[in-house]
Amino acid sequence: MSKVRFLFLIWALIGGLLATMTFAVMVGSVDLTPSLIWEVLLQKLGILSEAAASKPQSVIIWEIRFPRIVLAAIVGAALSISGAAIQALVKNSIADPYILGVSSGASVGATSVILFGAFGALGVYALSFAAFLGAILSVLIVFFLARVNGRTSVIRLLLAGIAVSMVLSAITNFILMMSKQQGGIQAVMHWMLGSLAGAKWSNLGIPFFTLLLVFILLFSHYRQLNALLLGEETAATLGISLDGFRIFIILFVSLLTGVVVAVSGSIGFVGLIVPHIVRMMVGSNYKLVLPVSALIGAIFLVWADLVARTVISPEEMPIGIITAICGSPFFIWMLRRRRYSFGDGE
Amino acid sequence: MLQVKNVSLSILDKHILHNLTFSIDQGKFVGIIGPNGSGKSTMLKIIYRHLKQTSGLVTLDEKDLGHFAQKKLAQELAVVTQETPVLFDFTVGEMVMMGRTPYKKWLANDNEDDFAIVEDSMRLANVQHLKNRPFSLLSGGEKKRVMLARALAQQANILILDEPTNHLDIEHQYQLMDLVKRLPITIVAALHDLNLAAGYCDELLVMKDGELYLEGTPEQVLTEETLKEVFHMQAGISRNPFTKKLHLFYHTER
Repeated sequence: MSKVRFLFLIWALIGGLLATMTFAVMVGSVDLTPSLIWEVLLQKLGILSEAAASKPQSVIIWEIRFPRIVLAAIVGAALSISGAAIQALVKNSIADPYILGVSSGASVGATSVILFGAFGALGVYALSFAAFLGAILSVLIVFFLARVNGRTSVIRLLLAGIAVSMVLSAITNFILMMSKQQGGIQAVMHWMLGSLAGAKWSNLGIPFFTLLLVFILLFSHYRQLNALLLGEETAATLGISLDGFRIFIILFVSLLTGVVVAVSGSIGFVGLIVPHIVRMMVGSNYKLVLPVSALIGAIFLVWADLVARTVISPEEMPIGIITAICGSPFFIWMLRRRRYSFGDGE
Repeated sequence: MLQVKNVSLSILDKHILHNLTFSIDQGKFVGIIGPNGSGKSTMLKIIYRHLKQTSGLVTLDEKDLGHFAQKKLAQELAVVTQETPVLFDFTVGEMVMMGRTPYKKWLANDNEDDFAIVEDSMRLANVQHLKNRPFSLLSGGEKKRVMLARALAQQANILILDEPTNHLDIEHQYQLMDLVKRLPITIVAALHDLNLAAGYCDELLVMKDGELYLEGTPEQVLTEETLKEVFHMQAGISRNPFTKKLHLFYHTER
């Protein structure tokens, strides 16, 4: 892909993301016009001195819809770049960001907060904190299980991820089985399928800065990620210190996925499917894959969240259901196509 | 100068390599020959540090190879392995550009020099016309040449080739050997085709059962006894009437 075409694609996607976000703010129980939305945004940023929106309209735009849509974009971008990096790490196209046990670990944390009221001292942050803690602990367990003789092997990493996820899901299910609180069980189900309803400006900061940090770190190592795709032996002869680089990816991707899961639950499928869509469009060069994945993931999740909150309104659909229902047919269409090989080569 | 001193390798009490000692001078084209399982690839893997020897020492210009930083090593030593990467899709141009990886600092962009080196390497390996083609759709021989171009883009002093002529048709076998021979750097290649080895190498190392059986010029090494002892083959040794290089004619009892 030539430089001009790539820059055009990036700008088109940025435009698409802004248009998608504007549209997503418009849709809801109160109708809003795009000009109203942009005026409120510019006013809040201090560029415009006054806006035509009434006070309630302004509150709906700025306090309710905006944070949620921004969070959707952050979560979508974060899951997509994490998926892309994990696929390079384990050199396997069925890998997603949860393969190292992030979501099952987070589920145990979240379940124990919802049903047992664990970490009650932390108040409203207990759920996010416990989910993050569970996610990071389970990745650590997977990592140390996969480390034999001071080396981390990829296949051990994948299998340890599966084993640890199984055990942790069993624990979650056990807690659910033993619980007598109907409402609590429903809340856990909702959490596990993911939701962005809890978005507030005050809880956007950590996900945003973590995304920014991890994106910059991964993007600045795009050569190493590319080299990993050529195989261990070749990557090493190109000057990559494999072990250190693997730990680096595991560390930062788990951090980002853990943070994201803590605020939104484990939204499935995005981290698997978006990197594949992107590779079909721009090839496997991570210099292109990472930024394009971030943008497409953001757009996809804003749309998914829009559907999640409107399709059965005033009820909310868990967003994980939407990403799976909309994502799967597309994914199946992709895997029926001949041009894209999913890393199989032949 | 690359020196291998008393190198042995055992895996699970099985001796794979036994007490190898030899040295390779700068600029020489050295072939490693020997039957399947004699330890050729394993030896190369120790030189490019994919495997670690159980005992012994490999030195490059009298410095312990084990002490080189991975990046520094990749600037000294380029490798074309037998591994064929098929995962995901890179264009040939992107693939060759990866040879520049060991020279790139954090956040550094590909600059004019890199592009020029990549062009040169592709021209040398005769893959320039494939630049924008996806790597995964190339034939086996084209892939091999692209990987050679990538190794050339590394601009190392030593090029290690593990059976480079595998999968190549006869024209490209000779083309590749011609190209490699012209390079002013040290070449260490594991080779199966003894006539190719005789035609191009300055020196040959003969391996048998993980040991160094013999070393020397093709004339010193490729004798009827060696062929019988190491390869279990009857051979008549003559010269190629056109190149005046050593040529082997194999025959069996039947």
